[in-house]
This record gives sequence, C-alpha cells and structure tokens, in this order.
Amino acid sequence: MLNIALPKGRLGEKVYDMFARAGYPCPALLENSRKLIFENEEAGVRYFWVKPSDVAIYVERGAADIGVAGKDILLEYRPDVYELLDLKTGICRMAVAAKKDFRDDTTRALRVATKFSNIAEHYYLSKGRDIDIIHLNGSIEIAPILGLSDVIVDIVETGTTLKENDLIVYDTVVPISARLIANKSGSRFKGGEIDRLVAEMAKIVEEKE
Amino acid sequence: MKTAEFTDGTDPILNGLRTLYASRGYTHYKMNKFEEYDLYAGNKDFLISDSVITFTDGTGKLLALKPDVTLSIVKNTPDTVNGTKKLWYNENVYRVAKGSRSFREIMQVGLECIGSVDGVCVREVLSLALNSLKTVGGACVLSVSHLGILNELMDSLGIPDAERPALLGLIGEKNLHELGSALDRLGVGKEKADLLLSLPVLRGSTEEILASLNEALHGLVSKGTLSEFTSVLGGLAGEKEIVIDFTVVSDLHYYSGFVFKGYVEGIPASVLSGGQYDRLMRKMGKRAGAIGFAVYLDLIGQYQKSTTAFDADVLLLYDASSSAAAVCAEADRLVADGKSVRTASVVPEGLSFRETVTMREGKVI
Repeated sequence: MLNIALPKGRLGEKVYDMFARAGYPCPALLENSRKLIFENEEAGVRYFWVKPSDVAIYVERGAADIGVAGKDILLEYRPDVYELLDLKTGICRMAVAAKKDFRDDTTRALRVATKFSNIAEHYYLSKGRDIDIIHLNGSIEIAPILGLSDVIVDIVETGTTLKENDLIVYDTVVPISARLIANKSGSRFKGGEIDRLVAEMAKIVEEKE
Repeated sequence: MKTAEFTDGTDPILNGLRTLYASRGYTHYKMNKFEEYDLYAGNKDFLISDSVITFTDGTGKLLALKPDVTLSIVKNTPDTVNGTKKLWYNENVYRVAKGSRSFREIMQVGLECIGSVDGVCVREVLSLALNSLKTVGGACVLSVSHLGILNELMDSLGIPDAERPALLGLIGEKNLHELGSALDRLGVGKEKADLLLSLPVLRGSTEEILASLNEALHGLVSKGTLSEFTSVLGGLAGEKEIVIDFTVVSDLHYYSGFVFKGYVEGIPASVLSGGQYDRLMRKMGKRAGAIGFAVYLDLIGQYQKSTTAFDADVLLLYDASSSAAAVCAEADRLVADGKSVRTASVVPEGLSFRETVTMREGKVI
C-alpha cells in the first residue's frame, strides 16, 4: 500500500486526475465529504489531502511514501526527499516584481518582501546583491505600493494581480511546476511499487505534452 | 518476567553495537566533552548542523560542546600510514535539528578506521555497518555509492568543478529531469549524459550492476577505482541488504571513495551514515586514509515501538498503617520474583501497571 499526500485545492484535484488515469483511482476522494483519508485497496493506494506547503513534511517524515509538491516549496524548505518527476502541471514562475518606476539603488541594501525568504536570499546571493529580507505571510504585492519594500519575490501565474496593482515583473528567479516526491527510506522498501507508479505517471505526463 | 524489559529503548541496541565493534578488535575511544571552536569553524560544511554551542574557558580560549565526533578523533589521532587505528565511540553531541532553533543532546555511536585503509578495512567497515543495522532490528538496506566513480566520470564528461556539487545534489534527489537539463546546458553529449543519468536508477543484483558498470564506465573511470569498487562490493554480493545506489552522495571537499547510508524499515531517514573521508584528512594536514560511520541512536529511539504497555509490572500501594520495613520487604520479594515494582501511597498519575498489590497494616490484601 502506497501512502500518497496530495495538496488540497485545484492543483491537488488536477494531479489526482493524473494518478487516476495512471491506474491509481480512488473516486471517493472527489466526493464532497469531510474525510481526509481515502483508500483503494485494489489499486494499492491511500490518498490524503494536506496543506500544499505541508506535503514535503509528510513525505520527508515518512507519513506519506510519495506526494506532490510545488518546486517553490522544495526550494524554500529543502526537504531531504527524492524528486522523481516533473508533472508539468501547476506551471508558474518565481519572479522579482516592483513598481513600474522602480530603479535599483545599489548604494544601499535592496528591501525584498517575500514569503520565500530562502529562495530570495539564494537568488540575490548568486547576484552578489546585499538585501534586507522582509518576511511576509500574504498580500506580498502591497509591500512596494506602501513603501515597505523596493521589490517582491513571489509566485507569478498569469500576472493579473501584479497588473491590477501597477507592478511589473523585472526578472524570473526560477520556473515552478508540481513535482512528484518520495521518501528516501520508504523508496528502499517499497521501491518496486514506487517505480511502477512513476513509470505510469511519466506516461501520463508525456501524453499531456 | 524480566525487569530488563523496562530499560531505555535504545540501551539493548547500544549494548549490541558495543559487542559487535569489540568483536572485531575496535578500541573504545573516550573523549573530552569540549573541543576548541577553531576545529569546527574551519570545517563547517562537514557538520550536519553548523550551529555550535560555544563558551570561553578560564584562560580565554573559545571552546565548544562537540557537535561532531569524527573531527575530534581525526585531530587527536597520530598521523600514520603504517598500520591502522580502529576505534569506536559512543558520545553525546550537541546539534540544532533541521527546522528548529534549539540545541539537542544526541547520543551518537560510531567507528573510525584511520591509517592505511585497504580493501580489507573497507570491506570490514561495510560489513560492520550492515551488522549495525541488523542490530537495530527489522528489514534494513545499506546503500553504497562511490564518489571516486562519480567524480572521475564527471572529469571525463568535462564538467567543471564548480558545477559538481549541484549535479551531485540532483543525483542525490534522483532528479533526472533537472539533471538532464543541466547536462544539456553544460554541453555534455547525449550518450555520456545518458550514462550519468542511468546511475541514480540502477536496477538488478550487485553482480549484474557491477558487470554493466564495468562495461559502461570502461575508459571513463580509472581501472584502479573500478577494480576497487568491484572487488569490495563483489565480495559482499552475498549480502542482499547491501545495494549499489549512487543517490548516496556526500560533500566532495571531505569524502572521496566509498560513501554509504543505512536504512531500517519504518524509520523515514537514514539511521547510519559514513564513508571514506581522505579529503578531510588532507585538509587537516594528515597523510593517512580514513573510513568510518555513525549510527543515529536518537532517530532510532524516536521511531522504536514501545516494547511494553506498562511502566512497571507491579504497583505496590500502601498506606500509613504499613511500616516502611514491611513495604520494602514486600517490594524486595516481588523484585526477587523478577518483577519491577513501583511503591506508592497514592496511584501515580499517567502511569500504567500490569497489576496492583495493596498493603494494609503490613499485609498484602
């Protein structure tokens, strides 16, 4: 039996559809109920919904054998897990955005507002730019408008929110998509089952392309 | 019923490991709790967590509570290439756990083999690592890789040194999609790229993998490295728990040849980690070779199933009408019967006992 952690929400439903088409269905999962754990003994899978940012923790700590997490979460928290497949869904990018009239004043530290402090730090370190990280938990776009920060580092999907707030993208930090991850210890004891699932999921990803 | 059932969860494992290492002539190495901070400041990447508890002693020297044992052993072991020092230790180390800011005291057991490290030493250490996992109990796997093979292959593929840590990271994640893109970006031809891409996902028995590796890596990896790898692992092919697995990677600044990690079913991370750290030896100005491993008893303890549902066999409940001599005599009698006994005048909160014996006026009722 493989335990699979799925991210709650639209991305989770999309990737469940991929699992189902790959031969690992569990229709009860999509029923409107308060249940959190769903099992299909015949297919050898047990799914559970968790907060998207928690998937990697469930997998790293072995409560789930595999899971689906965004590359943003993997880069930010650096869990010690296998990253087995790019599912090529949930595609977006981590970007630097700022007000239209932004000009980088290199005589002082750049104030960067973000939910992804590690990614932002790593990115600016690679550029040799001194920064002052302002860690926020939401509504990041408001920071440059109110003068809290010079730029933001955040996920950009369509760019609509940025546009509506008069912000523009200055640089792409890294492209993001959903990744299939696995626990390193579990993979050694359930290797055959995980390999089969990865092979079937790879076919679904290829079909999509 | 033996009272040993109620010992600390990892004590029997520690005893088993102690016996195991002593049986192969490894000497118990006891060290000072403190170490000069400079030792860690110069080798931060070697540490699992880079936070160290420091303090200044009476002479103004900056000292640290040990976050690691290997560095101290290397520092304190005379440099010799004639003969080998074989040591084992169990020591407390002080580290910050991942995702936390607090220090924890962690019991670590391990062994080091320092000096002239030959095929016998490597094979012996791998066998001891496997037997350490077996001592923990349950199904286990010892995943073995060789950094020399990966490094020499990357030499042949023309991969610059600066790119190697990132590529090793991707190999360690089995992240073939990003590894493929990185090799493409570095201009590595498809055939050679496919060879590196095949290493994290090798399948088959040890003999099959060794045969295919020898064929595929011929001319790309030196004969010496390949034959060292083949002879040690070929000799251990009968041990089904030893698996060739190139996703085990370590820092190239410290490790050079064999590297390995041990896993036990039901524990989500490696419980054993080790390898040949000749490069650390050079960094510390030593000519000798070295191989060793550590077993993480704290991690094992966290996931160990409780062997008993009880805190003691008997709760001996007494009141003021029973004399101390009578209560203690009854407790001694129960202990002599092989039972563990908790004496109490009121039922202890939150504890459970197999049976309760009540005493009134010096007699069991």
